[in-house]
Amino acid sequence: MLKINNLHVHYGGIHALRGISLEVPKNKIITLIGANGAGKSTTLRSICGLVPKTDGTIVFEGEDITSLKTTEIVKRGVTLVPEGRHVFPDLTVLENLKLGAYLRTDKSEINKDINRVYELFPRLKERKDQLAGTLSGGEQQMLAIGRALMSRPRLLMMDEPSLGLAPLIVQDVFKIIQQIHNEGMTILLIEQNASAALQIADYGYVLETGSIVLEGTGKELLNNQEVKKAYLGQS
Amino acid sequence: MKKKTITSLLIILAVIICLIIAQRTLDSFSLRILNLSGVYIIFAVSMNLINGFTGQLTLGHAGFIAVGAYTYSLLIMDSDLKQMNFFLKPLISPLDTLQLGFFPAMIIAGLLAALTGFLVGAPALRLRGDYLAIATLGFGEIIRIIFTNTQSITNGSLGLKGIPKPDNFFFIKMDNSLMWWIWVAAIITVVFHLLLIDSSYGRAFKAIREDEKAAQAMGVSLFKHKVMAMVISSFFAGIGGALLASLIGTIDPLMFRFTLTYNILLIVVIGGMGSTSGATISAIVVTVLMEALRFLDQGFLGLPELPGLRMVVFAILLLIVVLFYPKGIMGNEELTWSKLRRLFGKPFAAKEVNR
Repeated sequence: MLKINNLHVHYGGIHALRGISLEVPKNKIITLIGANGAGKSTTLRSICGLVPKTDGTIVFEGEDITSLKTTEIVKRGVTLVPEGRHVFPDLTVLENLKLGAYLRTDKSEINKDINRVYELFPRLKERKDQLAGTLSGGEQQMLAIGRALMSRPRLLMMDEPSLGLAPLIVQDVFKIIQQIHNEGMTILLIEQNASAALQIADYGYVLETGSIVLEGTGKELLNNQEVKKAYLGQS
Repeated sequence: MKKKTITSLLIILAVIICLIIAQRTLDSFSLRILNLSGVYIIFAVSMNLINGFTGQLTLGHAGFIAVGAYTYSLLIMDSDLKQMNFFLKPLISPLDTLQLGFFPAMIIAGLLAALTGFLVGAPALRLRGDYLAIATLGFGEIIRIIFTNTQSITNGSLGLKGIPKPDNFFFIKMDNSLMWWIWVAAIITVVFHLLLIDSSYGRAFKAIREDEKAAQAMGVSLFKHKVMAMVISSFFAGIGGALLASLIGTIDPLMFRFTLTYNILLIVVIGGMGSTSGATISAIVVTVLMEALRFLDQGFLGLPELPGLRMVVFAILLLIVVLFYPKGIMGNEELTWSKLRRLFGKPFAAKEVNR
């Protein structure tokens, strides 16, 4: 579905991505793990067209989207749940969800999707008129995911959905990710919580200072000695 | 939704009835203040769109108002009047003989101001925060200085005098047709902005104010929407400028200094950044106060005459608002019936069955 070939990104003088190649097949959960500054977020942001690319190609469903603008990329069905949630704090939950469908014009379908999101997250329905800034961290993350679903993505990219959440809530979030996946969504997931991510992932890539050093199925990586040592805190 | 439309129509009707009563009972001085309030509503509501709703602090409003005022004046004056005004350097053709009716002149004034807004906004809106504020402030001043120095188009610092008032309202002859033009324009401005804010464009504007990163990730094009807000805002500023020129009858570049922008910003901040009804209410209150407090300037309680003393009151008022109502009187919410009911307590609440 998504194919990245030899992607290079520079931030000023820093060579943040040094030739990354990866593939996201349809209906799979793919995860990118790695330490801070390894280039995980940069990868997602460059897929979305939020970061200028120096070299390489990104192909989504057979179409080269490397140089498209973010708006065009979102239109084609690639949506990002940004790191740190980034809900719109002074807008209500409902307005936040409607903004997720900003590029869509099919009003009746949008209302259907809002109800679908409410089914997935009953909490959001209870709080639909509340300002998003007053929600708890977990609720905000659910809103961010719900908002992303409102654009009817075909590829959902999540940047650290467990960031800053209580362990119990983290479990909930991962359950929801799996549930969305079971409904047929393709997901590209970035996590620092490597063990949780690898447990639900079909395939994983390990990033280190801008290049992929290891790849394999979720299970393989979970059992890999180096991964255990570096990211899972086991030896 | 339907109930909302009916109440809105009722409010508009009430305003029109108030205007008819005002026109019959008020003296010309009070009517002038009433008209000035209408013009300031247009200024404040339009400035609120870019500053309050889109969250881009821009300070070039006076420049767009100037473009509107000058365009309108040059299009509405007849050639004799123009010759009288331009005695130092003649007006260039074809402007010297061109004369249009009130409505086309006003619309062209708005469109030219919108074009200026685009030309200023397209480069400046790439900046953020303080840098954007300073850049637009600079552009506003540049417009004024250009007007001071293009003697053969704007008559430079001599300004334009004797700008005629309209004698009809959509071909209906009336004594006070300017009042109707101003207030109909004000009502249209308010309604347009309320509808715009409620639309998906409005949500996109607010999303940009709240969180640019997230807005972008939702597919909202930041630049396009910022420029769009700026262009709409300057269009209405231009319309307001045209009405201001018509109301005052004399314009010169010094009218469009930064203080004009500051006065409008004062109204917007007091009303609440991001509230159209707040801007409307505060425009009326501030304009009326500006005149009502004039006695302070003329010396009172044995104090000597101190021109500008009333502005101190506004400085204090602004301090109070910033200290105790940091979001302005309305915050970023709109005035609704349920809020009015809460404000006036239970006697009203009892009558209402539901919203």
